[in-house]
Amino acid sequence: MSDVAVTDLDHTEHADHHDVKPVRKTAMWVFLGSECVFFGAMISTFLLYRNTTNGGPGSEIFDIPFTSASSFVLLMSSLTMVLAHNAFEKSDMRQTRIWLSGTALLGATFLAGQIFEFTEFIDKGLTLPRSPFGSSFYMLTGFHGMHVALGVILLAAMAVLSLSGRLYDDRGLNVELVGLYWHFVDIVWIVIFTVVYLLQI
Amino acid sequence: MTAQVQTIRSPGDRGVWAWITTVDHKRIGLLYAVSAAAFFFIGGLEALLVRTQLLGPNLEVLSAEAYNQLFTMHGLTMVFLVVMPIAAAFTNYFLPILIGARDVAFPRLNAFSYWLFIFSGLLIYSSFFLGGAPDGAWVGYAPLSTQLTEVVRMDFWTIGLSTLGISSIAASANFIATAFTMRAPGMTMLRMPVFAWMSLVVAFLLIFSLPSVAIGLFQLFLDRNFGALFYAADAGGDPLLWQHLFWIFGHPEVYVLVLPAMGIVSEVLPTFARKPLFGYPFVVFSGAAIGFIGFGVWSHHMFTSGMGPIAEAGFGVATMIIAVPTGVKIFNWIGTIWGGKIKFNTPMLFSLAFVAMFVIGGLSGVTHAVVPSDTQQHDTYYVVAHFHYVLFGGAVFGYVSGVYYWFPKWTGRKLNETLGKIHFWLALIGFNLTFGPMHVLGLNGMPRRTYRYPEGLGWANWNAVATIGAYTILVAFLVFAWNIVRTHYLNKGERVGNDPWDGRTLEWTIPSPPPVHNFDETPIVHSLDDFWHQKYAENEEGRAVRMPAVTGAADDQGDIGRADHGTPEGIHMPSPSYYPALASLGIAITGGGLVYLPWGFAAIGVGVVVMLWGLFGWSLEPVTKEH
Repeated sequence: MSDVAVTDLDHTEHADHHDVKPVRKTAMWVFLGSECVFFGAMISTFLLYRNTTNGGPGSEIFDIPFTSASSFVLLMSSLTMVLAHNAFEKSDMRQTRIWLSGTALLGATFLAGQIFEFTEFIDKGLTLPRSPFGSSFYMLTGFHGMHVALGVILLAAMAVLSLSGRLYDDRGLNVELVGLYWHFVDIVWIVIFTVVYLLQI
Repeated sequence: MTAQVQTIRSPGDRGVWAWITTVDHKRIGLLYAVSAAAFFFIGGLEALLVRTQLLGPNLEVLSAEAYNQLFTMHGLTMVFLVVMPIAAAFTNYFLPILIGARDVAFPRLNAFSYWLFIFSGLLIYSSFFLGGAPDGAWVGYAPLSTQLTEVVRMDFWTIGLSTLGISSIAASANFIATAFTMRAPGMTMLRMPVFAWMSLVVAFLLIFSLPSVAIGLFQLFLDRNFGALFYAADAGGDPLLWQHLFWIFGHPEVYVLVLPAMGIVSEVLPTFARKPLFGYPFVVFSGAAIGFIGFGVWSHHMFTSGMGPIAEAGFGVATMIIAVPTGVKIFNWIGTIWGGKIKFNTPMLFSLAFVAMFVIGGLSGVTHAVVPSDTQQHDTYYVVAHFHYVLFGGAVFGYVSGVYYWFPKWTGRKLNETLGKIHFWLALIGFNLTFGPMHVLGLNGMPRRTYRYPEGLGWANWNAVATIGAYTILVAFLVFAWNIVRTHYLNKGERVGNDPWDGRTLEWTIPSPPPVHNFDETPIVHSLDDFWHQKYAENEEGRAVRMPAVTGAADDQGDIGRADHGTPEGIHMPSPSYYPALASLGIAITGGGLVYLPWGFAAIGVGVVVMLWGLFGWSLEPVTKEH
């Protein structure tokens, strides 16, 4: 999505020392900083409404063992992401592709778990318009789910691009930057799982 | 690769297509500036209609419905479509040049930010033709904004503001990456000009404040369209949550609007007082301090909402504290002009007026820190007077000063001084006539957003004065517009060289207007105000004396040190691209579809396809084309 800074083609002394990677990494860190406030605002909203069930179902409908299992799947995907990045640094494209696909698969498994969980909750009467609790629960976890889905698309796109040898290191989103994003999405889930599910017990 | 490569960004340099596909930070800056100017006249017209309605008691120039739309759109336009983009215009054009870079970090992302801004503005304004503009005030307090459901007006506001937010976050990440990683050799953080510093602080403010209101807007959108209950008090929802989410953004936003203007003033005052900026590190760090403390004062907008005495005392004290770094800046500016050889030309006059008007607005702001007094002033015209002194007498005067100051760099011609002075005095007098009386009106109890008022309350005379003042401002800015047309389009302006003001910073070392690649050779920076030190040395009495060396600053590049020895032909700039404009068009179409749910799903489909087309084309196209 992003492009490289203006490049000098004449390789002077200065140009050689000018590494373009920190430019994109800086932007990614800034973006993740912004994301923290996005999630912070939604987590605050949820904390405000955690007991405002408006006569509808509350946290008692959560299935902690099930969500723990899917959280474990998501956290394991951080491990495979690290392995993918490691293989990419060693220019081992086959291993990179395997671990990228594995990470995307784990992410997709987590998403499937979330969709299953949502249908269960809706069956039990917890919907977006049911209560402020429902509104803030679905907005927070749904917004996180959309982040996971975007990550899965990016990981799958990288795995496909690596087939045609177009997985660049020096421009656009590379494995490292997508990795940063992915780890962030995982860490946010740890916070959400704690605040939304575990604190309710 | 060693072959000489054209500097010109092919294909073509002229015509509409070249502007649509441009990724040059200077052209994007000019696009921002022209768009902001157009919106400024539209927003001003809305204000004039509002003022005409309030000219006398019991008038009925406008319907109450139209009045609500006009004051809402006036606020929305001036904040999001005028002042933020004009700040973005200056940052785009000058941040890279001031730090010695050839472009921003992500040129195509930069184009994307501009196009998303202009499409969002057009989306919001299309509401006038599609059933009515937003009418719930620019702050859109719930539950009013969730209950205005019979038409889609407030959805134009929730969606338009959200897409504008995406544009600003992208631009801010871009500016931060630029300032952190693209500085020329020797350009340390504490050698960056104050304007570059303030742009950096503003980028951080936006990055951390916009998400808060974005979430609030999204919640409002879900409440309005999907029956969510975030702000439904009867179901246990808390409308006060909206006020918190909005003002956690809204108060830093105030500094977003004014800090770049402070940066401009910090460039203009030293140039025309012929002295270095007094206390450079204090100006920089007080700007950063304002950025930090700015996140801790939001609730002073909510003193009447019943937060309880502890919160009110805390936010009252924080509000008093933030006046301290602001005061530090004021004293530094006074120290800068103190004993200087002041040249009273138009940019200097506007900068001086900025300082004076901002002091008035700042002092009336501190009165809001005192909770009992604020409770009396809340939602009266006193507040309207206060923030117009800060945002018009402050921010807008600062940006106008910047236009006069940098116009020669943009076009190679100076704006006319006589017309400039007429503009200045009309604007200053008109401004004070308009907003000065509002202090009195507010203290006499006239509420904001009032459509009509009866006779016999003692409000009529001051309202008439304010309306006369508003028309004076219109005349002033018509003179300004004529000055620009005359200078630039009728070619009547005085031609100037590289350095018409005997400036201090890097932009004056390069031609006016600058070439596409800015610097033929990357400059090496040795000190703060490097260019000044190239031109002047100190004699025994500590007075600046012009160096006899063949600097010839007004005509050529001077003897600035060089980091590389490339010729202009060896510099490769990124190729133009239409994908950023396409991607942002897709987002705007999607937004338009969201406004018209559930019928808008077709538009959302089209919009998403266009957006993905843009994003994929963007990701996969080469940054530079081989020739």
